[in-house]
Amino acid sequence: MQKEAAIREPLILGHKTYHDVTEDVCRPIEDKAPKMWYILFGIALVIGLYGVGSILYLLGTGIGVWGLNKTIGWAWDITNFVWWVGIGHAGTLISAVLLLFRQKWRMAINRSAEAMTIFAVFMAGTFPLIHMGRLWVGYWVMPIPNQFGSLWVNFNSPLLWDVFAISTYLSVSLVFWYIGLIPDFATIRDRAKKPLARKMYGILSFGWSGRAKHWNRFELVSLVLAGLATPLVFSVHSIVSFDFATSVIPGWHTTIFPPYFVAGAVFSGFAMVQTLLLIMRKAMGLEAYIHTKHVEYMNIVIMVTGSIVGTAYITELFISWYSGVEYESYAFINRATGPYWWAYWSMMTCNVISPQLMWIRSLRRSLLFTFFISIVVNIGMWFERYVIIVTSIHRDYIPAAWSMHFPSHIDIAVYIGTIGLFFVFFLLFARYFPVLALNEVKTILKGSGQSYKESPDYHKHH
Amino acid sequence: MSDKVLYVMYDDDEVLKNSAKQLVAKGVKISEVFSPFPIHGIDPIIGVKNTRLGIMAFLYGLTGLTLATVGMRFFMIVDWPMNIGGKPNFSYLENMLAFVPITFEFTVMCAAHGMAITYLLRNKTLPGMPAQNPDPRTTDDKFVMEIRLSENHKVTEAELDGMLQEIGYLELDKKEIK
Repeated sequence: MQKEAAIREPLILGHKTYHDVTEDVCRPIEDKAPKMWYILFGIALVIGLYGVGSILYLLGTGIGVWGLNKTIGWAWDITNFVWWVGIGHAGTLISAVLLLFRQKWRMAINRSAEAMTIFAVFMAGTFPLIHMGRLWVGYWVMPIPNQFGSLWVNFNSPLLWDVFAISTYLSVSLVFWYIGLIPDFATIRDRAKKPLARKMYGILSFGWSGRAKHWNRFELVSLVLAGLATPLVFSVHSIVSFDFATSVIPGWHTTIFPPYFVAGAVFSGFAMVQTLLLIMRKAMGLEAYIHTKHVEYMNIVIMVTGSIVGTAYITELFISWYSGVEYESYAFINRATGPYWWAYWSMMTCNVISPQLMWIRSLRRSLLFTFFISIVVNIGMWFERYVIIVTSIHRDYIPAAWSMHFPSHIDIAVYIGTIGLFFVFFLLFARYFPVLALNEVKTILKGSGQSYKESPDYHKHH
Repeated sequence: MSDKVLYVMYDDDEVLKNSAKQLVAKGVKISEVFSPFPIHGIDPIIGVKNTRLGIMAFLYGLTGLTLATVGMRFFMIVDWPMNIGGKPNFSYLENMLAFVPITFEFTVMCAAHGMAITYLLRNKTLPGMPAQNPDPRTTDDKFVMEIRLSENHKVTEAELDGMLQEIGYLELDKKEIK
């Protein structure tokens, strides 16, 4: 059993026993869903289906239904892709990087953050697939022998790197998540009273029995997967940034893109985790496990990564002027003062100023304020991608080709639709899956539970 | 051969660990421990060796690295050398930098999935497998030691009962296995 300093706030509040942890996590799954769940699920489903309909219309008609033109060939599609991939960075960061750093507070949030990651990457993956127009030939991105002669995909292209990066990230995150879920499914299986539930959770739990040797393997597999997933998290968004950074477009051709994108991704990912968890902890009665201290820790991450992002914005701006390259300087002056000034300044306000407020302790411990900022950050991060993508290409080298981007109805519907689908997945997860890594939480109960920390025996040796 | 199995239940991981220590000191072999979460330090007591899955992960990673290198060399250098802007791909080394991202991703993919699949196969935990824990409460808050008489020739059942009485337990369950 691991002890921690008495001065640290306990991670599990109240007087919980091992059984209480099981009860608290399993009860929402076993009880009937509250009415609010059905209402939210209904709304999310309608929005999601509208998005699916729009995607089908797009596939039937062609990507001309988006508001693209010959100057602006990439707009909301790639903006949404990068936005979702960015959001999908928090889960694996929490479960992998924080595992390597032995941050115990991750245990209460890693399960739902990883679920969010996986669903966000699903949504992200939709955009490159549908932007092909002909979805049914999507498998052409794979290097498979074909009837067109010895024709292969271009391994020099960052777009192909992206294919490998995203598919690796998605599948490895999924495996990491599921391996952690197996013992928790076994707990639900062994409690289930209804035969159907017992059967379903029996299948999902793969016959897990909790043998000592299995736990030994489990711990090593978690550690090695964390070791593998940590560079993966950083590589994925670096590669996404290469989509832009390796091009020759002023405003994209920037060497600081990889670290700046990774920081931005973590920034937006944690904001989304805050948005979801602040509601979930309340709705599912998990206040004892996910409390102010967890929120504060996450706000500190938001503050740090937000500061990195802010520094990157200012560095970019300075270097564009300092480089003496006319086109480069123009790209940035145009961002701030051109027709898209409103997008640039929204981005600056949301991403540079708002995270700095987290220096104030009372603000970063305020749940209401955190919820507000988490939404602001995600709006800001959407604008960041929009600013980088659209403002850099809407002014071509030839003024005759200058253009503006106006999203079409389908642009908006597909984007909003992915948000709907994301919530459909997340609500299903919250209803049927253990939202907290309950068996992992039990391992810190004695080390960091309030009743144990306050007991007089805590600082005695056994 | 018929066998008798003793399932000794505890409600605390530390208590189980202490009991296991005392039993092992008296020459009792504990076949298995079932617990809702990993009990740190139990493995050396009951003689569970450390897993070698880490080595497997490394080997799978090495396989991925090799496959990616061989594959990309074949696609880009041998089979269809592309001439981009008058800069042809003469050799793998000259073009290697562009292959780093995919080499890395593929290595990670093979290592992670290879290890995960091996883990599930070695554990015999696969979809639809039946649960083998002796009591459903062992995935909640109970901890169970399994002692098989066939593996303990030095002590009789009565002696074992005596030891357990002395050490203490929460519940004791005996089962005949044919």
